[in-house]
Amino acid sequence: MHHLDVEGWSQGASPLHRRDARSKLAALAAFLIAVSTTPIHISPTHGDAARIPAAYLGYAALLIFAAAASHVPLAGLARRAALVLPFSATLALLTWWSGDGARALAIAEKSFLSGCAALLLIATTPLAQLLAALERLHIPRMLILVTQFVYRYLFVISEQAQHMRLAALSRASSGAPAARRFQAAAGALSVLFARSWERADGIYRAMLARGFSGRFAASVRPHFHMADYGFLAVSVAAPIAIRLAA
Amino acid sequence: MRILTVRNLHHRYADGTQALNGVDFHLDSGECVALLGANGSGKTTFVLHLNGLLETAPEQGSVEVCGVPVKRDTVEQVRAKIGLVFQDSDEQLFMPTVLEDVAFGPANLGLSPEAAAARAKEMLERVGMTGALRKAPYHLSAGEKRRVAIAGVLAMAPEILVLDEPTTFLDPPGQRDLASLLAGLPQAKILVTHDVEFARALATRAVFFERGRVAGEGSVDEIIRRFDWAVGFRQLK
Repeated sequence: MHHLDVEGWSQGASPLHRRDARSKLAALAAFLIAVSTTPIHISPTHGDAARIPAAYLGYAALLIFAAAASHVPLAGLARRAALVLPFSATLALLTWWSGDGARALAIAEKSFLSGCAALLLIATTPLAQLLAALERLHIPRMLILVTQFVYRYLFVISEQAQHMRLAALSRASSGAPAARRFQAAAGALSVLFARSWERADGIYRAMLARGFSGRFAASVRPHFHMADYGFLAVSVAAPIAIRLAA
Repeated sequence: MRILTVRNLHHRYADGTQALNGVDFHLDSGECVALLGANGSGKTTFVLHLNGLLETAPEQGSVEVCGVPVKRDTVEQVRAKIGLVFQDSDEQLFMPTVLEDVAFGPANLGLSPEAAAARAKEMLERVGMTGALRKAPYHLSAGEKRRVAIAGVLAMAPEILVLDEPTTFLDPPGQRDLASLLAGLPQAKILVTHDVEFARALATRAVFFERGRVAGEGSVDEIIRRFDWAVGFRQLK
């Protein structure tokens, strides 16, 4: 399961893992702003033909360097970040049809790079630290709570879905008509919802039984060290420098 | 010393099911009581009330844990005194690593991250799971998950341990290990179980639930005989 892999990566001990989550959040914010505001150049010689501007190569190099420094597998990271492409590709395709090829390509590139950067943050920061940092940055508590629960229950739902898929496969008939299979899948979805609800309720009860009062206590006390200031300066300056040179 | 007193407890669910129908129960320190009874006899509803985990208050009756009445404004105090180990360990282990999961309870009690982690390590050592500190709980075997779940509850330093079907999903060696672990813990225990051998090995007293009330009380063997509660497959041959 994807989130289990990412969660496993977040338990690493690289220099990037050791940085304070707030400095990594600031680095991500600088990176996203730089990428999203990078202008789209249309080459006079190539027209709007597919080509990757140097700025994007610069951003990609930053991500590759960070991934290597944090021992997060680059191919796995890119594969998971590609999950954003179906959403941005739809928009890019519409832009392409309207005759703006350069903009279409930029939409796909920017969303993929942004996906990689966000995933890299999650892959190098345990969730508890990330949420504690968000809380210290005064993000609304309700938003943090919802994020906590969605993340906690992700594995519950995917595990339940896998069990149901195996149960369905063990009784599957390859000759069943598509309409029948569609009906079975729709039924399975409703059962999945009901079971996930029950399971989530059980988990919530277990949390209450161990004193949960609506707020996850941080498992580590955040400290901003000199190394965090250094990381902050470099990681914010680098994407801004690439953006200004674009 | 009396550490749990339940008087005339009634509970009706929103769909009209009368789950508890006047339960009286008590537990003394150091005791281990087995709750036996058929599915749907009210055992689980009963233990959820001990921890104030049901959304609706009991229709009637009262629960008092270590002298503290279970009410909306005392549940946090009560939950620190009575630790509940759920039947399905997957529901109980929800943090990314074993260490974080066991430290979850003490952190909620207000311990600093360092003190919570230290207590979690101590409890994991007590249940023999120090080798799994950084593992994700969902990668453990059923027996290991049960041990970690127990460590998570012990980390809150409760005076009473309530275990709902503790032998479910465990193979015979796992059941044996669990019994020896529980036998070595000083807390008073309530075992909700269908496993009569397990109850025999640990419980000093048994209480039989039937249709939401206590139908009988005595030694485990007495209750098994009186309610014909042994498995007895041999007669099928």
